[in-house]
Order: sequence, then structure tokens, then C-alpha cells
Amino acid sequence: MFEKIFFLLCLSTALAEQLCRPEASDGYRVRLSIKTALGDEAYVWNDNEMFLFRATLAFAMRNQISGQEFEVSNIIVCDETPRVSFWFVVTSPQNTSQLVDKESVEEAVRKSRNRINSAFLLTDKTLEFIGIPPTLAAPVNPDTPPWLIVFGLVMGAVGAGIIVLLASSVVQKKRKNDEKPDDEEIDEETRVKTVENSAASEGIYNRSFSDDERFTHM
Amino acid sequence: VGGKGTERPKWDNKVQYLLTCIGFAVGLGNVWRFPYLCQIYGGGAFLIPYVIALVFEGLPLLYMELAIGQRLRMGSVGVWNSISPYLGGLGVASMMVSFLVGLFYNMILAWVLWYFFHSFQSPLPWRDCPLNLNHTGYLTECEKSSPVNYFWYRKTLNITPDIETSGPLQWWLVLCLATAWCLVYICFIRGIETIGKAIYITATFPYLVLTIFLVRALTLSGATDGLVYLFTPNWETLKNPKVWLDAATQIFFSLSLAFGGLIAFSSYNPQKNNCERDALIVGCVNSLTSIYASIPIFAILGFKANENYNDCRNWNILKLTNAFNIGDENITLENYDDWLNHLNTTDPSEVESLSLKTCNLQTFLDQSASGTGLAFIVFTEAVIRMPGSQVWAVLFFVMLFSLGLSSMFGNLEGVLTPLLDLHMVPPWIPKEIFTGLICLTSFTVALIFTLGSGNYWLEIFNSYVGSMPLLIIAFFEIISVAYIYGINRFNDDIEWMTGRRPNIYWQATWRFISPFMLLVVFVAYVVIEAEKRPTYNAWNPDYVNFPLADVLHYPEWVFAICVLLSVLPVVSIPLVALYRFIGLLKKYIMNRHNPNPYANEFCNGDL
Repeated sequence: MFEKIFFLLCLSTALAEQLCRPEASDGYRVRLSIKTALGDEAYVWNDNEMFLFRATLAFAMRNQISGQEFEVSNIIVCDETPRVSFWFVVTSPQNTSQLVDKESVEEAVRKSRNRINSAFLLTDKTLEFIGIPPTLAAPVNPDTPPWLIVFGLVMGAVGAGIIVLLASSVVQKKRKNDEKPDDEEIDEETRVKTVENSAASEGIYNRSFSDDERFTHM
Repeated sequence: VGGKGTERPKWDNKVQYLLTCIGFAVGLGNVWRFPYLCQIYGGGAFLIPYVIALVFEGLPLLYMELAIGQRLRMGSVGVWNSISPYLGGLGVASMMVSFLVGLFYNMILAWVLWYFFHSFQSPLPWRDCPLNLNHTGYLTECEKSSPVNYFWYRKTLNITPDIETSGPLQWWLVLCLATAWCLVYICFIRGIETIGKAIYITATFPYLVLTIFLVRALTLSGATDGLVYLFTPNWETLKNPKVWLDAATQIFFSLSLAFGGLIAFSSYNPQKNNCERDALIVGCVNSLTSIYASIPIFAILGFKANENYNDCRNWNILKLTNAFNIGDENITLENYDDWLNHLNTTDPSEVESLSLKTCNLQTFLDQSASGTGLAFIVFTEAVIRMPGSQVWAVLFFVMLFSLGLSSMFGNLEGVLTPLLDLHMVPPWIPKEIFTGLICLTSFTVALIFTLGSGNYWLEIFNSYVGSMPLLIIAFFEIISVAYIYGINRFNDDIEWMTGRRPNIYWQATWRFISPFMLLVVFVAYVVIEAEKRPTYNAWNPDYVNFPLADVLHYPEWVFAICVLLSVLPVVSIPLVALYRFIGLLKKYIMNRHNPNPYANEFCNGDL
């Protein structure tokens, strides 16, 4: 009996090895960069972690194809490297020698990508499925672009400042106008005087009395 | 000019005046042109032609402008009219150049505001590429170039592939331009009364920010690489005449000479003021600021180059790790070379097939940029890698804005003061409305820069208005003061104002050295510009070698506009002289035909 069991085990592993080959048609390569993601808190990759991976992937397949109960044994892994990277294929629960097609596996991984990532404390960049590009996060689009808010604040402040300055100059002018009737009489006298003076002093401008204005000889 | 009862406005105190002149001189060029020139012309060695140009060209012209403004107490048009009516055109030319430069300079400030408004987001919008329509990847234009390039050329400028395609007005740029002009207006509203108050902040704030950046930048990794690269002198470059030409033009444009703004500012001074000391202070502070600004700029550029270099090497490491399935993080930056050698010996063909990049720190340091490229592409990329990016971005753009704002004051004063002095303003228009009209007109004309092709037009204005006309104006300025006004009379005036006669250094430079240098610089400039056919760099996503710039020739009509922009300001110099000469001829002929023995030829009409 033991021989039968032994023979079946050998057969199944042989079959499994046949099914899972690097560059197999219905499989994907997985690459993990644990040290890059976690630094000092990185865990060591061992068989238990591999078991978790297979379980997570079985979970993803169950979510994708309802009705079929995928088990850990349906996820076959091979070609493990120290990188850590390996190749995996998914066998159908009904027929263990038949592989689930690539598109379904891809769909399943895409749908549950977040759950798979968080099971290993990794991100889309550090847990790569070669051939399944991650769906990029849609950018957050606020209703009012934030720059318009800042613009509104600045323009509001500047507009208020301009109005204040214009108003203060109008007020100043009104005050000057109220004082003006007193000064007007004095102004008129001086104006008359200057007119008379300028009429009488046509001739060569005498520079020795004023230094402010310079005229050149033509 | 002080005539009709209203007193000429004056500065509240000496500090205001000095800060305004320094603010006018210290502008965007000190931050983004001088470090670039230092870098491409052999670092510390560039300081030699720079200082020589300052001593023999910059300081004499500066002193001369401040002195005549202070003595004659008028803006540029009035001053040159007083010296000789035939030279009135000089003032008109200065005024036109000030107006045209003010147009495009404020557009740059509008761009700075746009980036400032966008610095209050996390993450900064120029960090990531936007996604394409079906969210499977990034937009091709962004992927091929880089997120910072995409944000500048597409999101900010929305630039067209060439200058002939104008594109529509970009509404966001119109809003930013309106904000910039409103900010300028609020400071400029009452002329130097309000400018004098605003200048305390706008002239000193950049120094504060530069110091903060200096302290931060020196703590970044790779900063020392940048500084060493900047200041290592390469004496060979001194043999290249272009270095001397660029030093002379840099000093000239950096001090904002020939705009008429300095004449306007000093005309509000009391006449008995030591303008020699003022000129020395302004000139030296301007140059020292340039040198001081280049330190944090280059520390940060060194940091950015270091980051790019590390990225390049990490990309190679990842490639090797994935291809050879070596453990994660086994290959580090330190042992990369050992690993590479080992892998090359064991499996050279595999290594060959990976096509690893050659990473050279020098190449990244050589990626220099000046002007808008430095501020909006290179620096923004550096900022996203610094922790606390938003703070640094906000500080940087506010600093750029205040640098530019204080220079705008000089440009606008160069327009306002002559108009006021010529009494072209009806007295019933208050000053506030008049300054508002100037700002509104400038804003309307500057809307061309908000078109899709606006950046191309701005480059044209920058190269053709902001260069050659200024050299011509400055040359005529110094010739007219030295030889038409008379250097002896000028010396007397200065002795009257400052109590001291200018010494032999000033005499020699005013009479011979500075005019000669200006003439040589002008001729060299014309020769060099005339040699190359005018081309411009266009951003064309459909170009074969995108993201490299598509080098196009200017179409005929655009080139005609370029020539017009260079010629228009300076054509007023001969035109006004001709006009006065014709007036003189007319009078002479009239007097010959109808001799009037009672008429005194000195008092008939215009003088």
C-alpha cells in the first residue's frame, strides 16, 4: 500500500512539475521585493510564506470563478529563486491536470490585487505579477481645483486693498477741497504776480537767480 | 517741473531710495542668469571678466544716471530734453523700452503666480504624470518627456507646436496675468509714495528666502558636488571672447541701465545727496547678490544631479537583480561595481543584453538651464525630492515674485515719471487713475503672451527689445553727458551736489573707457547675432525626436516684427533730433525772409 501511495505522490509531483514550467502558457511569474518594501522589518521568505501565497491566490480564484472551490493544492509553484521570484500555474479543481486559462487568472489577480498585496504588506511595485500591469489609481479630482481657491484669496485681498487705497485718496482730496477756499485768495495773488513777472522778463534768462531749471543755448 | 504749486514727490528716507534702486537692479536675472553663466563659463574664472565689466562699465554708467537724475530732477524725457533738445529722443526711447520690457516681464511674474497657486497641493502637481483615458498608463507626451516638463509646457503654457499657430487665449493665464497686474497696481498706485512702502518687503524678502535656502541646501546630499562644480575655475574659458561679451552684457542688463527707471528714482532725491556712494552701494550689492544667490541655487542643482545619478544607478541595479534573480537589495550602490564585474565575467552576454545605462554624475551636473527653464523645470524637479516640498516651492515662488515685482516698479516708473513731467496728463485725472490706465493698457497688450504661442513671443521680446536697444541708448547717454552736456559742467554739478569732484577713475571711465567698451560690446553683439539665422526651440509632441526641441526658423513676418521691435525704440533718437532740426531750419528761413529788428531770437517760442 505504501508503494501505491509513494507511486501516486511521485506521479502527482511529476505531473505538477510538467504543468508548472517557467514560460508555461497559462502561468505567471511573481516577483517580490520584500527588503525594498519593509527594510529592517522584512520577514524571511520561507515555505510558510509560500503556503500563504498559494492560499491567497486560491482565495482570489474562488472570488473570480464562483462555484469552483479552489484549494491550496490547485496553485502549483516552481522555479523559486533567491530574488524572491517564482512561477505559478493554477489547476482546475475538477480536473487537476488541466490548467485554468490565463485570462481568468489575470482577472482574478486584478480583482483581488489589493488583498494579495496587504496579505504580504507589499505594494503594487514590490509585489509584481509580470504580465499583469497594475490598474493605476485614479487621481483625486476635487470639485474646485485648489489653485482657484488660492487665486480667489489673493485677488480678494488685492481687490480690497485697491478699493481701500482709492477710497482713502478720495477722502484726502475732499479734505483738501474743504481747506481750499482759504488758500485760494493767496494763490490768486501769487498767480497774478507770476504772470506779470513773466511778461516783463522776456530776454536772456538769468541763471544766477535760479539753479533748478537749466536751458541749453540753441 | 516743480512749477505749478504741487511739490515734487520725494522719498520718505534714504533707505527707501536705496532699497528701491537695489530692488530694481536685483531681479530675476541675478537668480537665474548669473549662476548659469558662471556654470558654463568655467565657474570661479567667470568672476574676473564680471568684476572688470562692473568696474569699467557698470559703475560709471550707474553713477552717471543717478547723478543726472538727481541734478535735473526730471524723468528720462525731461532730463535729455534739458541737456539738449536734440537728444529728447533718448528719453522717448528709454520710455518705450521700459514699457515693452514691462509687458513681458509681468508675464513671467504671472507664470510664477501660477506655480505659486499650485504649490498648496499634496502631492505637487508636477510630480506625477496624469493617466491616459482608459487608466492603463500615463499620457504619452508626459511619459516621453517628464512630469515637470509636461506641467510646464502643457498644463501651464499649453504651448502650440510653432509660433504661427496662435491658439486661443488660455483663460488660466489671463487670470494669473490679471492678478500680477493688480498686485503691481496696488504697489504702484501713487507712484513712489506706495512703492516706497512696498519696497521694504519686496526688496528684503528675497534675501531672507535665499538665506533659508542656503541653510537647507547645504544640508542636502550632493550639495557639495554642485558647489564644487560651480566654483571650480576653468581658466581656459577666459580665452574665449564670448565670455567677455557675456560678462559685459550681463552686468549691463543686471544693473537695469538705460531704462530711465534709475533716472526717475534719483530725480525724487534732494539735490544735495551723495550719489557717488549710492551708485557704489547699488552696484556692489547687485553683484554680491548674484554671487550669493548662486550658492543655494547650485547646492540644490547639485542635490538634484545627485538624485538623478542615484536613480540611474538604481535602475541599473534593479535590472541586474531581476535578470539574474539575485536577492533583493543584495546589490547596493556601494558594491555595484564589484557585482557588475563579477557578473560580467560569469555571463557577459546576458549583461550585454540588458543595455545598462552609463551613469555619469558629470553629465547630470552639466544639464544646466537658465531663465524660465531653471525656475520652472530644473528647480521644480529638485523641490519635489526635498522633504516638505510644498514649503520650499511656496518660498521659492514668493521669492521670485518679489524679485520681479521690485524690478517692475523701475520699469513702470520709467514710463510714469516722464509722462508726468511732460505734463501729458490732464490735471483733472488723479494719479491713481493714471497709473491704473497704464496698468490696464499694459495688461491688454500683454494678452498676446497668454496665447498658445505666447512663450515664443516672449522669447522674441526678451531677445530683441531687452538687449540691443538698451546698448544703443546707453551709448548715446554716456556720449551726450560726456561730450554734449560737457564733462566739466557735469563735474561742477556733482561737486555742487556731493561736495566732492569726481576723481580720476570716474573721469577716465566716463570720457573714454565706458563709451569704448559699450561700442565694442554693441558691435560684437550685432556681429554675433547677425551670424546666426534666427531660430527658436519649439515644443512639438509630434516631432520625431521628441522630447528634444524642434528647432525652427522664424517665418518672414515674425522676423520683420523682431527687427521692428529692435528698431522702434531707438528710431526715436534720430527722429526727434531731425524734428528739432527742421524746426530750427524753419525758424531760420522765416527770419531770413522777414527780418524783424525788434524780435529777440532767444524769446520766440520754443526752447
